[in-house]
Amino acid sequence: MSDQFEPVIVGFLCNWCSYRAADLAGTARIKYAPNLRPIRVMCSGRVDPQFVLQALRSGADGVLIAGCHPGECHYVNGNIKALRRFVLLKKTMEQWGIEDERVQLLWASASEGTVLAATVDRMTEEVRALGPLRWGEKVLKDNGAAHAVLQEA
Amino acid sequence: MTDMKKSPIDQEKVGVYVCHCGSNIAGTIDVEEVAQWAKKNPNVVVSRTYEFMCSSTGQELIENDIKEKGLTRIVVASCSPHMHEKTFRETTERGGLNPFLFEMANIREHGSWATNDKEAATIKAKALVNGAVERVVHHVPLEKIPVSINPNTLIVGGGIAGITAALELAEAGHHVYLVEREGTIGGHMAQIDKTFPTLDCSACILTPKMVDVGQNDNITMLTYSEVESVDGYIGNFNITVKKKARCVIEELCTSCGICEEKCPQKVIDENYGAGIGYRKSIYRSFPQAVPGYPVLDKESCIYFQTGKCKICEKECPTNAIDYEQQDEMINFNVGNIILATGYDLFDARRIPQYGYGRLPNVFSSLEFERMVNASGPTEGHIVLRDGVTHPKSVAIVHCVGSRDQNYNEYCSKVCCMYSLKFAHLVHEHLPEAEVYNFYLDMRTPGKGYEEFYHRLLKEGTHFIRGRVAEITDADRNSAEENKLIIQAENTLLGLQQRTPVDMVILSSGIQARHDAEDVSRLFKMGCDYDGFFNERHPKLAPVSTMTDGIFIAGACQGPKDIPDTVAQGGAAASQVAKLINQGTVMMEPVRASIREDECSGCRICNTLCPYNAIEFDEEKEVSRVITALCQGCGTCVAACPSSVIDGAHFTNKQIFAELNGILWDVQDEVSAKQEVI
Repeated sequence: MSDQFEPVIVGFLCNWCSYRAADLAGTARIKYAPNLRPIRVMCSGRVDPQFVLQALRSGADGVLIAGCHPGECHYVNGNIKALRRFVLLKKTMEQWGIEDERVQLLWASASEGTVLAATVDRMTEEVRALGPLRWGEKVLKDNGAAHAVLQEA
Repeated sequence: MTDMKKSPIDQEKVGVYVCHCGSNIAGTIDVEEVAQWAKKNPNVVVSRTYEFMCSSTGQELIENDIKEKGLTRIVVASCSPHMHEKTFRETTERGGLNPFLFEMANIREHGSWATNDKEAATIKAKALVNGAVERVVHHVPLEKIPVSINPNTLIVGGGIAGITAALELAEAGHHVYLVEREGTIGGHMAQIDKTFPTLDCSACILTPKMVDVGQNDNITMLTYSEVESVDGYIGNFNITVKKKARCVIEELCTSCGICEEKCPQKVIDENYGAGIGYRKSIYRSFPQAVPGYPVLDKESCIYFQTGKCKICEKECPTNAIDYEQQDEMINFNVGNIILATGYDLFDARRIPQYGYGRLPNVFSSLEFERMVNASGPTEGHIVLRDGVTHPKSVAIVHCVGSRDQNYNEYCSKVCCMYSLKFAHLVHEHLPEAEVYNFYLDMRTPGKGYEEFYHRLLKEGTHFIRGRVAEITDADRNSAEENKLIIQAENTLLGLQQRTPVDMVILSSGIQARHDAEDVSRLFKMGCDYDGFFNERHPKLAPVSTMTDGIFIAGACQGPKDIPDTVAQGGAAASQVAKLINQGTVMMEPVRASIREDECSGCRICNTLCPYNAIEFDEEKEVSRVITALCQGCGTCVAACPSSVIDGAHFTNKQIFAELNGILWDVQDEVSAKQEVI
């Protein structure tokens, strides 16, 4: 690794499509940025917005939520629920000054190892360009409202 | 999260086992470093590496450590949990622990195989191991849930793989739904004339099997049908099939064939006839079709296009023609699914320098196959495109679209053998003709295959080793006049050669069905890079898939010849029969449950559940999960505003712990100081 900033991206991958897409990317020896740290969830619908916030405040520079394509969810429509939460979460993020690229949603089927790998590569570069998140400075110190909300919680 | 600091967790004794997987992991990740580093975690008691954790010796290591060192939690850092989670859960259980007190860190598929950067891979491996260790201390013992297996089976694809699987299951007394897209079962094998290396007639060995399928009471054949939707899970799939309107009332049709005979509209048969034969608008692909009733092709039917004709209706002696027939949706339940959807032939038009589609006497392998078939359009005569002239010289080009980085990199496995068969058939039909086989390597692995090659050497076929550069009709001398000239380097002589011939046959390779990805999505399973369906394990589970209850057979999994396809059909059937005989399988206990005493009764979860598995107790004013219906997706867990729904094995506590674990190296001071939400 060189001296450049290496972002850490947490991936919440659904068990049926996206986790398998990452497995396939590995099996096919597709080389992609080693910056993704995957966590397996049964469905993208399991991703509680708290997981994303906790990842960011624990030092992650970005979060990728990945699930089955709409209409192909193993659990009928969990991915649509993930999408709804994602839209709301993004609005909150925006208010806190967290850049758009840091939290992304991807549909990757079990056969789309290349899609997953390419997305991780792209997102890594996007987040690298933004630099470290520095949650403590950005969200807590610069933003009293967010601080208050978190304190309350 | 605050309760992470509570004492019981500190008392867990975790064993960490980092697998080398030969050099698959150890070649990229410093496994020793990872194992040594893991010992720093206060919960870790034992941390080792081993060459192959999944081997019996590797597993014994774990079992012995549990017994001797009193381990209470196990972490194995190796391949994907989809590969060996089951293996190590069983190991953990044999050691005397509940199998769910185990967690896997995927440092192969997601680690060593995904990067060449050794340093970064090692850091990532540490993160994944640490995540697993932090998570596993929060695991609780769980019991698997028994699920009964519906004894019916869906088989998709009525080629020889699907036919074999259907017959095996039906003869074992189990009911099968066989869904076929075309009007008849039979698949590609029905198009073939002779089969290598024995040269027995394809129809002679296939059609009796097709008849058996048609006559077996345990098989419901749904031809001219496609699967529309698949819901459910192993043991309990709900299937909807669209039975397309064939405009023939099956109960009335006697398969007499008069409609086909009288139909005035003749069209090129692109499908079964490979584009060189003709069929009528109302047709059966071939006389021995099963089922015997025809299909009316609305696209070419004069009545459907102009509103006039109706000759088939007038001629039908049993009034079986119904122009108003609509597509029908059929719904049924099955316990298991076998996909046997077959392959597409590589389209030689993609290689313009070979001239297929432009030079008339360049034929595709399926065209030749149909031509040389006694029941084909030329009644078995080998003729040029003019339909009368016998070629005096024939070139057979191997590896068209296969072993070629521009098209398909893989070897299609069958082309060498069928090219040899073609050479033999030309010798047999036209003893005077010269036959040239242009090959890269002669690949003849199989019983009697190499012997067949030797036979062809003796029959006088000219074998030229070299990839064909171009097929052209631009002659340079009188000998090349009105000929097709094959330009190729003879790599054994080291010479460029021009070989003038009358006819060229392109031995196209096998490729995945054009819609294989759509099918894989419908059934929620994986395709590989080339579009072939992924097996669970390339050696040890060749017909299982990553999705329980779904099996694959035949060329949809990869190029293969008829014997291998039949073997897979049988193997898939036996896998299904095993499950049916078991009667029940044990399902993952990943289920939601609501802590009723803390539930506020807001009912947000009630409507979120895609399975309607959450009921509301009006009396107590709390929601309750019906465990039998819950599938464990966790959507309700994520949505509960009071956080009183637990998703077993994916609890908030476990996921937060894993999250903190994988971010061990980046937690900044501010975050570390914070109290967690």
